[in-house]
Amino acid sequence: MGGKHYLPLTDEDRKEMLAAIGARSMEDLFSDIPSEMRVKGKLALSPALSESEALKHLSELAAKNRHTDSCVSFMGAGIYDHFIPSVVKHVIGRSEFCTSYTPYQPEVSQGILQAIFEYQTMICQLTGMDVANASMYDGGTAVTEGAIMGCGATRRSKVLVSRSVSPFYRAIMANYYDSRGLALEEIPLKDGCTDLEELAEMVDGETASVVVQQPNFFGLIEETEGLADLIHDQKAVLVVCADPISLPLLQPPSEYGADIVVGEGQCLGVPSSFGGPALGIIAARQKFVRQMPGRIAGETVDSEGNRGYVLTLQTREQHIRREKAASNICSNQALVALAASVYMATLGRQGMREVAEQCIQKAAYAREKISALKGYEEVFPGRCFKEFAVKVPGKPANLNCALLEKNILGGVDLEPFYPELKQTMLFTVTEKRTAEEINTLVRELEGWK
Amino acid sequence: MRKPKALLFEMSRSGRLGYSLPDCDVPEKPLAELIPEKHQRSEPLDLPELSEGEIIRHFTELSTRNFGVDTGFYPLGSCTMKYNPKVNEETAALSGFSLLHPCQPEETVQGALELLYKMEQELKELTGMDRFTLQPAAGAHGELTGLMVIQAYHHHRGDSKRNRVLIPLSAHGTNPATVSMAGYEVVQVPCDERGLVDLEALKEAVDENTSALMLTNPSTLGLFEEDIVAIARTVHEAGGLLYYDGANMNAIMGYIRPGDMGFDVVHLNLHKTMSTPHGGGGPGSGPVGVKERLIPFLPVPLVDNKNDQFFFNYDLPESIGKMHSFYGNFGVVVKAYTYLRMMGAEGLKQASGDAVLNANYLMNLLKKNYWLPYDRICKHEFVLSAKPEKKKGAGAGDIAKALLDRGFHPPTVYFPLIVEDALMIEPTETETKETLDAFAEVMTEIAKDIDEDAEKVAHGPYNTVVGRLDEVQAARNPVLRWEKK
Repeated sequence: MGGKHYLPLTDEDRKEMLAAIGARSMEDLFSDIPSEMRVKGKLALSPALSESEALKHLSELAAKNRHTDSCVSFMGAGIYDHFIPSVVKHVIGRSEFCTSYTPYQPEVSQGILQAIFEYQTMICQLTGMDVANASMYDGGTAVTEGAIMGCGATRRSKVLVSRSVSPFYRAIMANYYDSRGLALEEIPLKDGCTDLEELAEMVDGETASVVVQQPNFFGLIEETEGLADLIHDQKAVLVVCADPISLPLLQPPSEYGADIVVGEGQCLGVPSSFGGPALGIIAARQKFVRQMPGRIAGETVDSEGNRGYVLTLQTREQHIRREKAASNICSNQALVALAASVYMATLGRQGMREVAEQCIQKAAYAREKISALKGYEEVFPGRCFKEFAVKVPGKPANLNCALLEKNILGGVDLEPFYPELKQTMLFTVTEKRTAEEINTLVRELEGWK
Repeated sequence: MRKPKALLFEMSRSGRLGYSLPDCDVPEKPLAELIPEKHQRSEPLDLPELSEGEIIRHFTELSTRNFGVDTGFYPLGSCTMKYNPKVNEETAALSGFSLLHPCQPEETVQGALELLYKMEQELKELTGMDRFTLQPAAGAHGELTGLMVIQAYHHHRGDSKRNRVLIPLSAHGTNPATVSMAGYEVVQVPCDERGLVDLEALKEAVDENTSALMLTNPSTLGLFEEDIVAIARTVHEAGGLLYYDGANMNAIMGYIRPGDMGFDVVHLNLHKTMSTPHGGGGPGSGPVGVKERLIPFLPVPLVDNKNDQFFFNYDLPESIGKMHSFYGNFGVVVKAYTYLRMMGAEGLKQASGDAVLNANYLMNLLKKNYWLPYDRICKHEFVLSAKPEKKKGAGAGDIAKALLDRGFHPPTVYFPLIVEDALMIEPTETETKETLDAFAEVMTEIAKDIDEDAEKVAHGPYNTVVGRLDEVQAARNPVLRWEKK
């Protein structure tokens, strides 16, 4: 039998315990289950493995994959290969954090509660918002629920989303809103950015939320001047999906009128892990706090007047409000938020800025070099942060295949998401890439036939 | 003496560094050339400045102010706080899993796809369902996925009037909240005197507007719904579907399968039943399994195999679409798969058996000193009522604080709502008889303390790093972030 080392009861224990209950056998304890439905015999699961066999099996599966340590990665599109300081792994590995539940008993959960409070503070500092929650599942679900907050606040049911918002996120919005009876309309693009003239036409008295991404899915810096006025004139809510790595350098969304800021926090010290566990960020201005989904930690005092932390404003949440709750979210991504906290504190004021500056410098360098190559063309004229779209002289899948032979993980093919962008790829350059790695990529692109 | 812990921001000193980055080795351009000034941040960001050693000490001290399963007994009802095997952490951390980019070409992630594929096969057999999506990132996310699939199924058949979902009064809060999120109305079904779904009331409530019944079996009272055959027939005859909330799956593995009970849709909580750590609130994973007729509506992509190659199958024209930006909490699935492979069929059955044995044994010990409103064989958990203690001056919440003082994590309190002053206790299979005996002894002491001085118990805890925290003040004057004074 497998897993004996996780099951401490001995046969002697079981016998004694059954006797104490007054049961003759284990079967007595399951006599309430109708026998005609019971599993007959043994389930046909894979045979149990010992720990060493399991490690071997899993290592063999893992060894079949290429990854961002065995390859040099220029892949992004929402999940990024930024450097993760060693401290992050060590802190989230502390099992007092890792093996705890949601902090329902605050007196023995001050560690995670204070960490969440610190996380909320740093997210507010980055975004310029007043309040942040303790996390959502990922960027996509954060965008989706962020725009729903706008619906709750305005009591309207139409959401406008720019086509320059990640197609991965828009797919979730379409699905959620369809089910819930909310309308979703897409704002067309102009040169890869939100077409503000079209937006002005589309936003009206029925619009609840307008969602834009900054930098957008193509890595471009969106125009922010006049954006919020268009939206606020119709008493609608501006939801900005931001890359937290860009925020130490870019104007905080609060300054250009964002009401709600959402984003993907995987870039903050979290391994890419095939896209999950990731980290959904939601922050908002104070007046939207009642619409905010999920856990929020707040400061309070204990019986002696000392400072402490609890989960608060729980009347928004499912366990209190049931069908009237702001969202159904219960389990979140708390440990990932802790990782992000450690990351932000470790990089700190200077390091976060330096990461952002190196991203923008290195991406600009790579963009210039690649677009100068014969057969490669810049697709959009705008300024970019850490990624950019390039038209390539052939099929992106074939190009990626050729790059893999040189241990390079190439760009993301954009055509499946934007049919008009034929043979177009999105390349990402983080602070982790060196000049030599970028030059190698450029050389391989140049030589590709 | 209790002493509050400083915040990162209060420890910060200008000029301290916690990181080292290589110098930028590409020719740099003036920033203004790269981003127009108006798009740049004008005020520098006010993040903390600390050295690496200070950061480690800070978070290490915070960790000592936290209680996990590795710290001690954690009988939090409905949360299945079983031991989290360490090998799971090792496998999930392998570079070949943890450093995969979700957009990598399929031929470079064959091992990951194989794992997802194999995981699905295991879950199908365990639950008696025909296909699974591993995309939902948590239980509630799975509930929403399941209801959306049900909705798509009805609509596809041209049956669009079904706008109601039935849930028993004892359900988790996520069930009604999910029903609303999916655009449905909630219809509550009462429980009978046994604590089970009131079959007559269910028959009354079911009609041509019923989309589904969401059921947790065993229920949140830890009781098996013995009338499940009749319940399933009632719902199906009215054209509704049966949704299984897998929160309590830990009670029945290898004994009975949701698919054989008549359920059409199932979600599991890998962070409960499959031993992955809860991480102070998450990440979890909430795979959803369905019967054949619902497969076309599952989220894309599914993982399939053709000519010995695994691939993401997006070719599901009736699919509801996507629930997560990528494939869900893959890292959690790796941990759960490791656990499943370590346990095997017999191990899982023994786990459920021991979970039920531990619960019944502890229930039997505790009912000597506490009121057990539903006194019958339980499954993996049971619910006491502290109503009598409350009358003496110390209720469920106070008993919880008294347990903290004695080194135990308390049970779930004030839930389910159908039991006054509820204490919901789930010991799990990974606890020893000695631990259960010690817990029962402490509960007996607390009962005695309440008899002697309820007032004192009502003001605990006394031995924790902070005293009882004022939750009312926290909600009345919300302070949700640190601000520079």
